[in-house]
Amino acid sequence: MSPRHTPHTPDAGAAPAATSSTSVEAEIARWRSYVVARSSVTAADADELEDHLRGQIDDLTAAGLAQDEAFLVAIKRMGSQADVAREFARTHSRRLWRQLVLDGGESRPRGTAGPMLGFAVAAGLAVKLPWLAIDPERAPFDYLLTAMPLLLTVLAAFLWWRRSDSAATLATVGSVAAGLIALGVAYPFDDSSDTATLALLHGAIVMWLGVGIAYAAGDWRSRNARMDFIRFTGEWLIYMFLIATGGGVLMGVSLAVFEGLGLDPIVAITEWVLPLGVGGATVVAAWLVESKQEVLESIAPALTRIFAPVATLALVAMLGGAAVSGGFQDSRDVLIAVDLVLVVVLGLVLYSISAIEPSSPAGWTDRLQLALVVAALALDVVALVAMADRTFDGGLTPNRVATLGMNLVLLVNLTGTAWLYLQRLLRGTALTALLRWQTGYLPVFGAWAAVVVVALPPLFAFA
Amino acid sequence: MKVSKDLMAASSAPLVLAILAEGESYGYAIVRRVRELSDGEIEWTDGLLYPLLHRLEDAGHVESRWGQSDTGRRRRYYRLTAAGTAEITEQRRQWAAVAAALESAWDGVRQAITPLAPGAAP
Repeated sequence: MSPRHTPHTPDAGAAPAATSSTSVEAEIARWRSYVVARSSVTAADADELEDHLRGQIDDLTAAGLAQDEAFLVAIKRMGSQADVAREFARTHSRRLWRQLVLDGGESRPRGTAGPMLGFAVAAGLAVKLPWLAIDPERAPFDYLLTAMPLLLTVLAAFLWWRRSDSAATLATVGSVAAGLIALGVAYPFDDSSDTATLALLHGAIVMWLGVGIAYAAGDWRSRNARMDFIRFTGEWLIYMFLIATGGGVLMGVSLAVFEGLGLDPIVAITEWVLPLGVGGATVVAAWLVESKQEVLESIAPALTRIFAPVATLALVAMLGGAAVSGGFQDSRDVLIAVDLVLVVVLGLVLYSISAIEPSSPAGWTDRLQLALVVAALALDVVALVAMADRTFDGGLTPNRVATLGMNLVLLVNLTGTAWLYLQRLLRGTALTALLRWQTGYLPVFGAWAAVVVVALPPLFAFA
Repeated sequence: MKVSKDLMAASSAPLVLAILAEGESYGYAIVRRVRELSDGEIEWTDGLLYPLLHRLEDAGHVESRWGQSDTGRRRRYYRLTAAGTAEITEQRRQWAAVAAALESAWDGVRQAITPLAPGAAP
């Protein structure tokens, strides 16, 4: 038996809710505010710890201790707040920087701006050098199918360097890029062929997952690493958008000023500033995501809350429109538009689940997300029904196969998502099941994209 | 006697899973049960149980839901999943292997080491 005042079982006859003395209540409130102040401890975690503390105090007072004594013993048993907070940080390692902050910053990834600029220049050259070898105006796809893998390889190399990872990881990404470039060279794409556009778009997906391998420092099987990469993707896109907007405005202004000076800057801007800028921006955006993490971490949940309701309303309006007009009329581009809608919805779902604490209880956000996903699925079904009798009339085209395939990939993903949201709302389960579903699904996108890149062009004779 | 920190760290997850195999429970009750089962020899730092529970949930061995205590406090309840049950079997196998190896090793050097307590040695 423990030498301390430890009752083995709670005293059955003790009066319940014994922790009502105001001074102890004030102490508990103060303790709680200290606990929550640790960035790794969420409000839900604090609720759980507080329930524990109160249970312990009740038992100790039932065993004969005064309330303030019971409080002190219970606090001591809880352990040092720093230890507990560090353990919580280890558990929610979704945010590596929190751990780094808590541990005093050792083994921080390399992050000074100087070498980053070196990688940015290399990325700019990755866009510009193929330009000098292949004229993008004469053979746009040959150029893009070379520049895109090169550029993303430089980005992957930057992430690889920051993580001081093994050479094997970089070799993996490099071989994916080499494979894509080799396909671009080997396949005799026409300048205006659909299969070339498809190969480029799907090649970018494959290559981006390659960047993910570098991002995860080889640990791409880990669920946390995959979720972090999904988050990285979203934040990287936001930064790219911001940089592109700023850069576009700046280029427009420069154009006007130089023309006023009687000089023609158009060649310098479109052939040098633009490609070098696009290349450099990819690395700078990645660096910003990693080093200014806190900025976007507070933006992402806000963006989700704004756009999830708006997107739901838009989808409901589209469904209303479908009901009024009696379904989709022209089936040619409908599925592409619907695919884009599904991608946007999936993006919002991913943003939402990455912004919510996984252990948090189900709430109105989940209801809204479920409504959003169900509306998107309904729209997709309307589009598929409209297409069913028409698609195969004109025979299969590469565009139809690719959009239909991507549609199915997204449909399965969102159906699973809707089902898991429903489970969560009905049974109050944690978000973990959804996280597992989404992170586990990631390779499916890569697999389908690889099929489109490798198999589709020869099947359709590079049309 | 106190169980050493390392041993406690290694045994905490198996203990929690085994206790949850008895039925759904919550943090404080788990700590109490550990004290009971170990006759007070195992004294956990209570706060560290929760990160452990969350890790087990991440690994899919337990699942949780929010409920209420008798007095109306928000309380989080945990219960074992099918994967958790399988994990217990695996852990039992590992612990049995370790315990058997230790027993044989100590048996072999019976003269060199002090008996646990008068008459307590098997």
